[in-house]
Amino acid sequence: MSSPLAPESLTETAERRVVSAAEGAAPDKDWVIVTRGITRQYEMGGEIVRALRGVDLAVRRNEYVAIMGPSGSGKSTLMNLIGCLDTPSSGEYWLNGQQVSTMSDDALAQVRNKEIGFVFQTFNLLPRATALQNVELPLVYAGISSSERKKRAANALERVQLAERMSHKPNELSGGQRQRVAIARALVNEPSILLADEPTGNLDSQTSEEIMRVFEGLASQGQTVIMVTHEPDIAAHARRVVVLRDGVIASDDSGEVYRTSRMGQGH
Amino acid sequence: MPLFEAVLLALQTIRTQKLKSFFTMLGVCIGVTFLIAVVSIVEGMSKYMEEDLVGKILAVNTFEVRHRPTVNIGNTSEETWREYQRRPRIMEQDVAPIVAALPPEALWAPMSSDNISATTLTGRPKAVNAYNTTRTYFEIKKMGVVTGRVFSPQEDAMGSLVVVIGKDVKDHFFENVDPIGKELRLGNLPYIVIGVAESQGSALGMSFDKFVVAPYSSPLRRLTNRQKGVIDAVMVKSPSEAIMTATMADVQEVMRSVRKLRPGEKDNFILETSSSALSFFAKIKQYLVLAGVVLPAIGLIVGAIVIMNIMLVAVAERTREIGVRKSLGARRRDIMAQFLVESTTLSILGAAIGVALGAALAKTIAAVSPLPASVALWSVILAVAVGASVGIIAGVYPASRASRLDPVVALRSE
Repeated sequence: MSSPLAPESLTETAERRVVSAAEGAAPDKDWVIVTRGITRQYEMGGEIVRALRGVDLAVRRNEYVAIMGPSGSGKSTLMNLIGCLDTPSSGEYWLNGQQVSTMSDDALAQVRNKEIGFVFQTFNLLPRATALQNVELPLVYAGISSSERKKRAANALERVQLAERMSHKPNELSGGQRQRVAIARALVNEPSILLADEPTGNLDSQTSEEIMRVFEGLASQGQTVIMVTHEPDIAAHARRVVVLRDGVIASDDSGEVYRTSRMGQGH
Repeated sequence: MPLFEAVLLALQTIRTQKLKSFFTMLGVCIGVTFLIAVVSIVEGMSKYMEEDLVGKILAVNTFEVRHRPTVNIGNTSEETWREYQRRPRIMEQDVAPIVAALPPEALWAPMSSDNISATTLTGRPKAVNAYNTTRTYFEIKKMGVVTGRVFSPQEDAMGSLVVVIGKDVKDHFFENVDPIGKELRLGNLPYIVIGVAESQGSALGMSFDKFVVAPYSSPLRRLTNRQKGVIDAVMVKSPSEAIMTATMADVQEVMRSVRKLRPGEKDNFILETSSSALSFFAKIKQYLVLAGVVLPAIGLIVGAIVIMNIMLVAVAERTREIGVRKSLGARRRDIMAQFLVESTTLSILGAAIGVALGAALAKTIAAVSPLPASVALWSVILAVAVGASVGIIAGVYPASRASRLDPVVALRSE
């Protein structure tokens, strides 16, 4: 029986670096996301739908990854799992050194609060709250004092060039501005990953470019960004593209491979 | 989220949905309005009873030796009533032993009274409360005269045909004239008016100024008590509150020996004080307060159901908001608290408005009717506490449903 706590081993092939690690072992700190054979199935109308059939995905800190795939490929399910909104039916998910696949609801909520910044296609701002109040929300759930919250939320809005729109409500902002408020909200608690789900899906092409430049800027400052999209020109902005098809990874243009040795299968 | 911020958030939500919030809190508001109004009127009445009314009927530190209580409302059974009827009356010869038992500074007066018709040669007849008593009566009741005088000891002793009248009697017969020296006919005998008593006011629409007082041994006695030698009561005023109980005990002892009661036998007379006169009211009050609490309770239950319904609708409407909050790190208890605080704030707000409306309603009723009103602090505290509990009880189920929503499903909802 191989030891589950065997350290990662590194080998160089002609094209790619190969990182090997044992199942059940915590990945190296540099890997912010490691999924090991995660599956997700659910029942729909009496039929079992296998949305994910075993996905091995590893993302290093500071990577800018686009996840692509046609509808029904499982990319939304994968995004929900990465975002800790859902838990896998089987397999491991390590986020920033913590195994989150077995966590309780409330523990997941805290992980979402600290590790994940969501950017949604439909912005999902609270309509009755001002831009500043929307950005403050993650800090509210982090238990941060009101004055500190205001300061940090204002900083985050400044980062997306919306300092002078703080007291506007979402319906007083353009689509691009709303999405920038959402990005500020995602960034305000300094998450490990920025997780964007079709962030330009509701925007015209010019505004889309503007938003992509924001992501570009964040990625170059060292923010890990994972973006789910079905638009190739949007995916082209990312430095790595992962394509899903029928619940498995069909292609991944990463320069390295993270391989997990499973018990019983040997090396 | 700290409670203070949760309340602010709830108030913000309530403010943006004014009309809906108004209808939501209406049930609690109406329930509390009636709770406060009913309790205020009952409290006002009892305060009035204790401080005013009974003080007017029975003076302070005073008791009356009677064969049965004067005030019997509602709770006298047929049997008790028959027992009262069988009791021997207080007789003139009982006065001497009673007086002998009193401390020297005590005041006392025999008294008989009845409703009789008074008239003048020119005026319409009027029913008045006629009293036969001695001049000490005025001292016991602390009743002064606005014009004229009370009986002299001589008039008392001789049973002269003189009378002190109340304000209503004066207004009826001698509206624009000085009544002193005028003639008032009681039982076909002419009495000379020698004084007009200070107004005794009124309670619950009943005037206390419709009386005439004549010397005890005046012929009026044959009308106020037709049986010879019988009197209605012996009024006794104790010199101080401290020895009131001792005085009463002495008088009770004397009366028992006069009546030849064996030990263990029940008294067949009563020493009526203002507190014993109040006991009937205490019983009525219990029923009134019960009604004042039970009826609004129905309103509050309806209010709770309305709040629960509206909160369920709110959870359904705000499913996406709940999803967003969960995606940003809200735990179950955060969502639970948000909706609980919202329903409780709504309910307390409704209760607060209800307190104001109820107090206003009570004051309005007090202003347009003889019923007095007094807003009791305990009823306000009760109302707010009830408001809070209604909100919490009504909010638990919707809030727990909201907290258990799956974030993936919630985010997908429209």
